[in-house]
Amino acid sequence: MKKPLKKGLRRPSWPEKWHEVTPGCMVFTPGNARTYKTGSWKARHPVWNDEKCIKCGLCYIYCPEGCIKPNEQGFYRADLDYCKGCGICAHECWPEAITMEEEEE
Amino acid sequence: MGKRVGMEVAIAASEAVALCNIDVAAVYPITPQSHMAEHLADIIHDGRIDAEFITVESEHSSISACAGASAVGARAYTATSSQGLMLMHEILPIVSAMRLPVVMGNANRAVSGPLNIWNDHTDIMPQRDSGWICMFAENGQEVVDMTIQSFKIAEHPDVMLPVVLNIDGFQLTHMIEPLEFPTQAQVNKFLPPRKPFATLHPDNPVSMGCFNMPDIFTETMKAKDTALKNSKKTIVKIWNEWGKMFGRHYRPVETYRAKGAETLILTMGSMGETASIAVDEMRGKGRSVGLVKLRLWRPFPVEELRAAIGGAKTLIVMDRAVSFGGAGGPVATEIKSFLFQDRKRPRIVDFIMGLGGRDVAVDDFIAMVDRAKKKKDETYEFYGVRE
Repeated sequence: MKKPLKKGLRRPSWPEKWHEVTPGCMVFTPGNARTYKTGSWKARHPVWNDEKCIKCGLCYIYCPEGCIKPNEQGFYRADLDYCKGCGICAHECWPEAITMEEEEE
Repeated sequence: MGKRVGMEVAIAASEAVALCNIDVAAVYPITPQSHMAEHLADIIHDGRIDAEFITVESEHSSISACAGASAVGARAYTATSSQGLMLMHEILPIVSAMRLPVVMGNANRAVSGPLNIWNDHTDIMPQRDSGWICMFAENGQEVVDMTIQSFKIAEHPDVMLPVVLNIDGFQLTHMIEPLEFPTQAQVNKFLPPRKPFATLHPDNPVSMGCFNMPDIFTETMKAKDTALKNSKKTIVKIWNEWGKMFGRHYRPVETYRAKGAETLILTMGSMGETASIAVDEMRGKGRSVGLVKLRLWRPFPVEELRAAIGGAKTLIVMDRAVSFGGAGGPVATEIKSFLFQDRKRPRIVDFIMGLGGRDVAVDDFIAMVDRAKKKKDETYEFYGVRE
C-alpha cells in the first residue's frame, strides 16, 4: 500500500513515453524523491540487538539515506522502504549492536 | 539602417552581444577569442550595459556559470576557442539536456597537440554530439547578425537549446571589416526579453538536470534529439524575420552559382568567401563549378543540402578537421552517410585542408577541383601536404 504523502506534496506522474518527458527533465513537484522507494535495492538489511545498543545514535548520524530513527523506547530502527542496505550503520556501531542480515527471497 | 563602421570582428562580436540585453557573461580569455573577452569585460565594467561579468578560473567554470545563470532566468553569454572548448566539453551536453539557452561564440582554432593557435575546425567537431545548435559565420557582418539571432533562436519556446556560433579564428576574429550594426531599438524589437520556461526560484521550486534511471534515459535522449531536429523550423523562421527587417538573408545551406553546376565545392565558415572568387574565375573560363556553403551544422539541414546539390555530378567537401583513422573528414563522412540511400547522388571527394592556419587561396580551390577530376579512388586526401 502506498504511504500517504506529507501535506502539500503531490505524487508525480512519471513520464512513460518520450514525448511526455518534460523539457530538460524538469521536475515540478518538490520533495518527490520520497515517492521513490529505494528499499528494493538492498541485498541485506540491518538488525539491531537492543541488549547491546547504548542509544548513542551513531547509526542515525551516519545513515546516508537518513532512514534511521529512534522508536518510542529510544532504540534505533531503519525505514526499510528506503534503506539501501549499505551497512554503514553496522560498520560504525562500535558496541556491535547492528548486524546485516541477508534479504529473504 | 545605421552607417558602416570599420571594426575588428572580435570587437564587433562583443558589440553585438552588448546590443542583446544580456544579464551575465562568463568568459575566459584564450587566443584568438581574447579580444571578445576583453572587449565584453570593458563594455560591462564601463557600465555601458547592465550585466554581470564573472571572471572565472577556467572554461569549465565559464560554461558552468552560464548554465547556472541561465537556470535562474538570465540571458547568458560565453565565448571560447580550441582548448577552452575542449575543457567545456563535459558541460556542453548538460546545458543542452537542461534546455538552457546559453549562447557561445567560438573562435575556431586548432586543437593541441602539437600546440597551434591558428584556425581550423578541429575544436568544434569533437563537440558535434553535444546537442547544441551549431552554426558557422562566413564574414564579420554575419558574426554581428548571427550573434543577435542566436539569442532569439536559443530562447524561442519551440527551441530552448544552447547555440554555438563558429567564428574562424584570426581569419575572421582579427579582420577589420566594414560592418553595419542594427540600432538598439531595432534589436529590442527583434529580440524581446527572455521568457524562461522555468527558473530556479525558492517561491516556485523545480529540479533541473534530474537523474535518469535506465527506464527513462532512452526516452529523454529521444526527446532531446527531437527538440534539436525540430529547432530547424524555428531557426529558418527567425532568419526570415531577420531578412525582412534588415535585408540580409540567412539560410541553413547557402549557394553561390550552384544552379546547374556539374561540380560543387562545399565549405563551412570563412573559406566560403575565397571559394566564391575561385568559382567566379572558373565560371569565367566556362567551367561548370558552383559553391555550397553549410551554415547550419546542427541540426543538419539534409533536405536543404539535397536541394542545393541538385543534379551535380561531383561534390567536393572541404574538411578542416581530421577524424584520425576514420572514414574521412567529419563533414564528408556525414554527408556521405546522409546521401547513401539516395538513388541519385553525386560522387563525393573529400579533401582535408586548411589545418592549423594553413591558407587556402583561390588557386587552391581551383587546384582541388582539378585534382578531384583526376582522382580515381574514393578515399580522403590531405590537400597540399608535402610528400
